[in-house]
Amino acid sequence: MNPPPHDSAARLGGHWAWRWMLFLAALMLLAPWVFSSPFSQAVLTQMGIAIVACLSYNMLLGQGGMLSFGHAVYTGLGAYMAMHVLQAAGSAGWSVPVSLIPLVGGVCGMGFAVVLGYVTTRRSGTTFAMITLGMGELVFAMSLMFTDFFGGEAGLSGNRVQGAAVWGIDFKSQTQVYVLIAAYTWVCVGLMYAFTQTPLGRLLNAVRDNAERLSFIGYQPQKVRYLAFIIAGFFAGMSGGMSVLHFEMVTAEVVGAARSGAYLLFTFLGGSGYFVGPILGAVGMVLSSVLLSEWTAAWLLYLGVLFVAMVMYAPGGLASMGEWHWRWVKQAGASRLWGWYLGCLISAAVATLGAASAIELFYHHQLQSSMGQPLRWLGQFWAPDQPWPWVLAAVTLLTGLAGWRLFKRRWDKAWESMASPSGEAAP
Amino acid sequence: MEFFLISLLNGVSYGLLLFMLSAGLTLIFSMMGVLNFAHASFYMLGAYLGYSLSSLWGFVPALILAPLGVGLLGAAFEKWFLRRVHAHGHVPELLITFGLAYVVLEVVQLLWGRAAVPFSPPPWLQGPAFTLIGGGHFTDLQWVWGSAPDATCQGPAVCSPFPATRAFMMGVALAMVLSLWALITHTRVGLVIQAALTHPQAVQTLGHNVPRVFMWVFGVGTGLAALAGVIGGSTFVTEPSMAATVGTVTFVVIVIGGLGSLAGAFWASVLMGTVQTMAVAIDLSLSDLWLALGLPVLASAATSSWMTMTLAQTAPILPYLILVLMLMVRPRGLMGTREG
Repeated sequence: MNPPPHDSAARLGGHWAWRWMLFLAALMLLAPWVFSSPFSQAVLTQMGIAIVACLSYNMLLGQGGMLSFGHAVYTGLGAYMAMHVLQAAGSAGWSVPVSLIPLVGGVCGMGFAVVLGYVTTRRSGTTFAMITLGMGELVFAMSLMFTDFFGGEAGLSGNRVQGAAVWGIDFKSQTQVYVLIAAYTWVCVGLMYAFTQTPLGRLLNAVRDNAERLSFIGYQPQKVRYLAFIIAGFFAGMSGGMSVLHFEMVTAEVVGAARSGAYLLFTFLGGSGYFVGPILGAVGMVLSSVLLSEWTAAWLLYLGVLFVAMVMYAPGGLASMGEWHWRWVKQAGASRLWGWYLGCLISAAVATLGAASAIELFYHHQLQSSMGQPLRWLGQFWAPDQPWPWVLAAVTLLTGLAGWRLFKRRWDKAWESMASPSGEAAP
Repeated sequence: MEFFLISLLNGVSYGLLLFMLSAGLTLIFSMMGVLNFAHASFYMLGAYLGYSLSSLWGFVPALILAPLGVGLLGAAFEKWFLRRVHAHGHVPELLITFGLAYVVLEVVQLLWGRAAVPFSPPPWLQGPAFTLIGGGHFTDLQWVWGSAPDATCQGPAVCSPFPATRAFMMGVALAMVLSLWALITHTRVGLVIQAALTHPQAVQTLGHNVPRVFMWVFGVGTGLAALAGVIGGSTFVTEPSMAATVGTVTFVVIVIGGLGSLAGAFWASVLMGTVQTMAVAIDLSLSDLWLALGLPVLASAATSSWMTMTLAQTAPILPYLILVLMLMVRPRGLMGTREG
């Protein structure tokens, strides 16, 4: 894996990290006031869970160069163990406070990482990816076989409202769950950031960049990978334990390949070379799985296409695009480019609109045409059996593409004439 | 005995089908260093395209045209997508094929629907290729072409038919192995491919268009996957989950065989096909074994899912268990040379 253009740890080091952590705390405290309905608080809670999961995943992908296709094993098994303890606390009278359930998940995720990671981290690169894939399939297949532990198709469910309320907190309301999970998320984010500053975190970056050189100076890359894998397993398990408190149920899909794939996809979309990347990705993951899947049946297609486009044109993800914009705005003479920039942006939006309209029409035509209902799209009704919506979509798409070509060329010319020292790819 | 032989043959034929996939995957990997995550998606595309073409023009044209079409798609993907991210290193290359797998799955569901399509083999491949007739004894084994007449299957004799589709699968796969071997070792193109495997820069310097060689290797590899798809799709089920089912097993196969080794991929494919097929056929559980050994069984343990699970039920996890064991005992795989 190529090193990211700028090490986020170096840029955000020292007191800057504290400012960011305070900023995050302020965001987390403000969010439930702005989005106060139980539904949006549930979405915010899921974001916290996803942030911890994606950050722990990026410990492997971004910081260690380990492409894992089976991270859901650790979040999922952590969730299952946490659920068993929650159930035992309810029925068998174990005196485990509900608020400590995420820690149970964390310790168990770590335990599984100790056992399974020993096999997985023996190899790196492509083989590592394949082993994690196999490991994920193994656990998923087992989850359907061992119904005693995994609860089979129906999964397991528990109740977070149990025991005596501590300081009046009984987790009956979504807000209380949100506050608990936000607190866990904040602590985990801080700890995972702190990890990047430790010698082990630095060694992990070295393993990613050049494992051979590291072993020449006397470290064991395999051991560094193993240790990082265990720590990532702990935070993954934390995320799983948090999800148990939120959803109060666990099904086999939490260890499935689709979940692992989603961690990879969104961590990459957010930007694996930056510490904030996975946070952005996690927010995107929750938004797209909760909202986008409601809006359109084609959401997986959009995600796949977006992912391919990002790999090709913006391998640094959203975070690197943000950083690029920040540096561009700060540069002298940047204002001369605003016109071309807006042109590019608008034509890209128009092209996306055209393509999305065509995809929606096509989906509707394929999946719902038998019912004879028109497509509701952009507040209008469209008839996929008529030619004109298709023509309109094609014209929009082509206009956007033509505009993109035109403005992009102008932009490139203007960019070169600025003779900028940082000649990176345009957006 | 005849049941065992038929199961073995079924296993080997499935293994050979797996090799049609893993051969292309291995060639692409050893040449470009790219593990094509979407390889099984090309297998699925082959099956679906074969289904559509065979309903238009018949099975044989579909068997030829679908792999050609998918191979061209694969070559185009290499030229316009994969090659562009090549400069960024191996992880983006793996990721772009991962993204492609998502897109192909969605497009297939969009074009052909989310349910299985009725892709059945042509009339001349339906029914058994031959039938084994076994008596009670080991030595009583006989066989006849096609299906055995009902009269012979009466009484103590047991008839086990071997499906023609399986025989066809074996035949095509073996023909493919031989022609692939001949192509690589006995032709000028094969010589360039072999050289480009180890010394791409040197081959480039000698005036060969190495990117184009890569493109065609990718195209041929995906075409082979599609050929396997047409045969596999008509023999088994053509449905959107078929890529995921076969895909992970194929990855397991090439890791067990040793990444980059064609011979390793061959033996691992056959091993995996046999193990999976045989396990499905054996309906024994741990508690049966326990009883057979004459050990006492605790009442609580007898009903637990561990003890009552049959070997057939464990078949889905066997490939991954073998993978884990292999990595612990011999991390470079059966015939792999690279350690990494």
